[in-house]
Amino acid sequence: MAGYKPVAIQTYPILGEKITQDTLYWNNYKTPVQIKEFGAVSKVDFSPQPPYNYAVTASSRIHIYGRYSQEPIKTFSRFKDTAYCATFRQDGRLLVAGSEDGGVQLFDISGRAPLRQFEGHTKAVHTVDFTADKYHVVSGADDYTVKLWDIPNSKEILTFKEHSDYVRCGCASKLNPDLFITGSYDHTVKMFDARTSESVLSVEHGQPVESVLLFPSGGLLVSAGGRYVKVWDMLKGGQLLVSLKNHHKTVTCLCLSSSGQRLLSGSLDRKVKVYSTTSYKVVHSFDYAASILSLALAHEDETIVVGMTNGILSVKHRKSEAKKESLPRRRRPAYRTFIKGKNYMKQRDDILINRPAKKHLELYDRDLKHFRISKALDRVLDVMQDSDFFLCCFPTCTIKTPEITVSIIKELNRRGVLANALAGRDEKEISHVLNFLIRNLSQPRFAPVLINAAEIIIDIYLPVIGQSPVVDKKFLLLQGLVEKEIDYQRELLETLGMMDMLFATMRRKEGTSVLGHTSDGFPENKKIES
Amino acid sequence: MVEEENIRVVRCGGSELNFRRAVFSADSKYIFCVSGDFVKVYSTVTEECVHILHGHRNLVTGIQLNPNNHLQLYSCSLDGTIKLWDYIDGILIKTFIVGCKLHALFTLAQAEDSVFVIVNKEKPDIFQLVSVKLSKSSSQEVEAKELSFVLDYINQSPKCIAFGNEGVYVAAVREFYLSVYFFKKKTTSRFTLSSSRNKKHAKNNFTCVACHPTEDCIASGHMDGKIRLWRNFYDDKKYTYTCLHWHHDMVMDLAFSVTGTSLLSGGRESVLVEWRDATEKNKEFLPRLGATIEHISVSPAGDLFCTSHSDNKIIIIHRNLEASAVIQGLVKDRSIFTGLMIDPRTKALVLNGKPGHLQFYSLQNDKQLYNLDIIQQEYINDYGLIQIELTKAAFGCFGNWLATVEQRQEKETELELQMKLWMYNKKTQGFILNTKINMPHEDCITALCFCNAEKSEQPTLVTASKDGYFKVWILTDDSDIYKKAVGWTCDFVGSYHKYQATNCCFSEDGSLLAVSFEEIVTIWDSVTWELKCTFCQRAGKIRHLCFGRLTCSKYLLGATENGILCCWNLLSCALEWNAKLNVRVMEPDPNSENIAAISQSSVGSDLFVFKPSEPRPLYIQKGISREEVQWGVFVPRDVPESFTSEAYQWLNRSQFYFLTKSQSLLTFSTKSPEEKLTPTSKQLLAEESLPTTPFYFILGKHRQQQDEKLNETLENELVQLPLTENIPAISELLHTPAHVLPSAAFLCSMFVNSLLLSKETKSAKEIPEDVDMEEEKESEDSDEENDFTEKVQDTSNTGLGEDIIHQLSKSEEKELRKFRKIDYSWIAAL
Repeated sequence: MAGYKPVAIQTYPILGEKITQDTLYWNNYKTPVQIKEFGAVSKVDFSPQPPYNYAVTASSRIHIYGRYSQEPIKTFSRFKDTAYCATFRQDGRLLVAGSEDGGVQLFDISGRAPLRQFEGHTKAVHTVDFTADKYHVVSGADDYTVKLWDIPNSKEILTFKEHSDYVRCGCASKLNPDLFITGSYDHTVKMFDARTSESVLSVEHGQPVESVLLFPSGGLLVSAGGRYVKVWDMLKGGQLLVSLKNHHKTVTCLCLSSSGQRLLSGSLDRKVKVYSTTSYKVVHSFDYAASILSLALAHEDETIVVGMTNGILSVKHRKSEAKKESLPRRRRPAYRTFIKGKNYMKQRDDILINRPAKKHLELYDRDLKHFRISKALDRVLDVMQDSDFFLCCFPTCTIKTPEITVSIIKELNRRGVLANALAGRDEKEISHVLNFLIRNLSQPRFAPVLINAAEIIIDIYLPVIGQSPVVDKKFLLLQGLVEKEIDYQRELLETLGMMDMLFATMRRKEGTSVLGHTSDGFPENKKIES
Repeated sequence: MVEEENIRVVRCGGSELNFRRAVFSADSKYIFCVSGDFVKVYSTVTEECVHILHGHRNLVTGIQLNPNNHLQLYSCSLDGTIKLWDYIDGILIKTFIVGCKLHALFTLAQAEDSVFVIVNKEKPDIFQLVSVKLSKSSSQEVEAKELSFVLDYINQSPKCIAFGNEGVYVAAVREFYLSVYFFKKKTTSRFTLSSSRNKKHAKNNFTCVACHPTEDCIASGHMDGKIRLWRNFYDDKKYTYTCLHWHHDMVMDLAFSVTGTSLLSGGRESVLVEWRDATEKNKEFLPRLGATIEHISVSPAGDLFCTSHSDNKIIIIHRNLEASAVIQGLVKDRSIFTGLMIDPRTKALVLNGKPGHLQFYSLQNDKQLYNLDIIQQEYINDYGLIQIELTKAAFGCFGNWLATVEQRQEKETELELQMKLWMYNKKTQGFILNTKINMPHEDCITALCFCNAEKSEQPTLVTASKDGYFKVWILTDDSDIYKKAVGWTCDFVGSYHKYQATNCCFSEDGSLLAVSFEEIVTIWDSVTWELKCTFCQRAGKIRHLCFGRLTCSKYLLGATENGILCCWNLLSCALEWNAKLNVRVMEPDPNSENIAAISQSSVGSDLFVFKPSEPRPLYIQKGISREEVQWGVFVPRDVPESFTSEAYQWLNRSQFYFLTKSQSLLTFSTKSPEEKLTPTSKQLLAEESLPTTPFYFILGKHRQQQDEKLNETLENELVQLPLTENIPAISELLHTPAHVLPSAAFLCSMFVNSLLLSKETKSAKEIPEDVDMEEEKESEDSDEENDFTEKVQDTSNTGLGEDIIHQLSKSEEKELRKFRKIDYSWIAAL
């Protein structure tokens, strides 16, 4: 025969933002640390090697910050004009940066003066990067050229003059030392091969390209420009995979999460959006105080650093995980207790007798199964017996999950035993019930059940009213609540009447009314005699 | 169907199983229960119905095993006969004609030639227990008019009579007193409960009685839930009783175990209580049996109990209080709100079942297929409790979706309403809850319909409610990157001048939706949800609404409460015709244009079948039922019939079933009910499917080994056996019980002949060579036969084997064939 069916707990849809694993993940950061820089933060780059320092390019300086430091641990300020795009080499020991005057400078992290200076661009160099073999540097400048430099002898190897406007972004492939990509204000993204003298691939973005990003595998290219973020399939010869339009201002920076599962984009509309790289749907979004120019994620997404136009660097650190072990856990049976006998193989002459798995029941369900109705109600009201200490603070169950309490009250009513469960309580116990009623009576989703319970309580305890000041006070509170609610409903009805009049004056288009309607009046509750 | 008889109303299954206590066979392999005019024999292991014993012409009211021959069964009926059956073969052995209505039957091992029955002779409500002497004459029908009076003024129910202590006394209860009649002394003692006159204890009426099998102890059940154990009742003064109290409501039935060590009781709580040693402390429970326990019976072997429940179910329970089998008929305990539906997948009839469940009932096999738990809450069976009722249900999208509505209304203002949408899962072959909608409307939902058009890309559901709105629900994609999901959301809310919406209906192609608002019918476009037109006839509220189908799809039919049937033409938007007909049920046939309407008058219900295109009905049948018909449904036939007569053509592709107020399921048929039932050729089914018990492992192995040895020696014949079994004459002969067969000498030639003929059809030349082999075979066959019918064997068949094997002349053969023909009919008549 069928076993005991547990009480159906009414679930209510959670309003507002849906809680998903992504929101949980991306909200699990501490409040941001704000660091004021000298000018707009145009680039943030994390060192790929521990201790994962990051270089922040702002105005004519490059600051290197440690992971938790709020003061720069190192500063490069040998720039005559604005510096751009300070980027770490893969080993984290060299840093390259472009500058407004057309120079490209290579720094040693430990040193102060530039190791190399690459001269050749005539205008501002906005993008520089190391190639995958670590010995070359790619740079793109406002003179429409892209140049490849050799580090050891600081010579220019190649120059590409295919872009017809400023080259503002680029990146080198992490796998192939000869491949790199640049994006330009001429709306194109071009892929260059150092072995040939011209571009091997060109895609039309449609807007001035502000940022490009290659996936670690090199198969997918992401470009950002205008309000669009576009994903291109490189292996299909630059076919557009998806075009995302989730920002309402220019997208300025792109970044991949460390797992490669999520793509982040920052924009002048002060938002950072997180996309899933499988479905390209927005799964999360951050808000910032100012327009975002640069964005970087640390190793394992430990830190999010965002640079903004107002020169503020916002640094968010992930919350530490090891906080939950605060309460001493009760010792549970060992794992082998649970698997005991489970892996026994049936022998030839054995008869296997299966014992049906015992269904886990909540405590209130166990009480209800045995028809201990008052106890079940106490359980969900979470009455702490014989402990005055706890009475001052409210019980947890009723505050966090009132729907369970309401469902149990409903179930008791369905069984026709609600009056029995509510009767015979002393001052302390009845005040618990009343506390719950006061807190939840005015909620429309609980009201029908709780009003019924309140009526039953009033009927039962009417003869003894006046004997306990505590309970009397609660009754008065309840009365006030009900009166307030009635007033409120009356006001609502008045508003509804006014709106009806307004609608009536307007010409009715159709024979139907799709007007949302509130419930016609709160069922009048009994006045409480005090 | 070649010949055409008159169409008549026939009952189709769904008969009550819980009318009387079920009876176990002596070996606990079979269980018998009365079921309308029949007695049904079920296997206790497989739950399969093995036989249906036909013969009584009225309700069967009692069955008992023959105490002298435990392979026979007595049954009594309101038609005034007692019949003796051989239940293993399902054959009527004897009929005793008593002449007056018999209400219950009892047998006693001590009273060998008589049985006890309850009759009411003079006045309609005074019942007597009498003993009937059954004469031993050998004829098929015997008059049994020799009645001797035992007890007067007894209760009609057999639960209120019990024979005790090997038939020394009989106890009967009625209202507030218990009377005990001693057969030896021929005296009656009467015990009245001391407090019975006291108003305060007015609820301690007797409800049932049971007697201890060996001791002088009577247990009686009472209205207030108490069980009293009476002892020492030989003395009118010194009698004593003790009380056992656990039930909080009426004790419905009591039974002692075979040894008398424990007492079983049951009632409305649906809990079987076993009282050990008749003490209050020692009790065991078997809870959650689903519905009120009506009867309890115990198998003579003592290993099984069974409980009959008010929801038309018999549960077979092991000695250790573990339910082992459930025999479930059509649940008829409660009123039907959902109406009759057909599950498009299983073609099963779907309606309210157990509380909170939807039952799927196979019309072909008269068997419940399964129960779908809709409400999914613990069922508390208590008098006066307002339960959550499953009020509406509908199938959509070819059985892929099921919508259900449940409601509970305690007071006028407090309505709990919930709509659930279930999706059919192909993997689990069942319905899975998809969407739960709380309070879909502010007031009761009056109608529910799916758009069943074939081309509709999006499943659509419409609900109409008393709150004046109808809502359109559509299936939407609810999936995101984390999960794939679909759910139902409200797409459109429509109303018409705040009138209550009473009916809704989609046209066949799904392009139009008709919703009736009290007296007015509104037509909506199902794409834009625009109101297209309205019809109003001012002839009362619309009770039924349906579109015509196929060639008649331009018509809309509405039946009003004032007894007018209207047909509107949707092309001209005008009334096509109307007729004065008080329609109770209106159902369109899914396979044709026909529409069946059942009208209600003071005399009875009449059936009209018509096409919407013409107001003249195709077929009229008056007086189909004396009661009010509540629901009807067309069930598509698996194999279309071919009635040529115009009046019956509407039955060609579908069959019409309807349910009356007393919840009997009826249909129209030209065949007699016996023909309709599925052939029950599952003889001795239980025998072959023996359970594998520990004993089986011990003993069965030896037997298997023996069998294997035997098999080795008899390998040849095993190859040959299937051949012989194919011949109908032989199988007929083997499956007919020996005691009803004519003498062996008479059958022998026929038997042999049939064997010869079978060979002849294969290859005539082989016969002369095979003669010797055949001789062997025959002897083996006879062995086989002996094994087969061992149980019923009274006369020996040994003569059959060693018989004359000679070539028959052609004329002789012809004669024998003729003979066989005659013989067949004679066997078939049994």
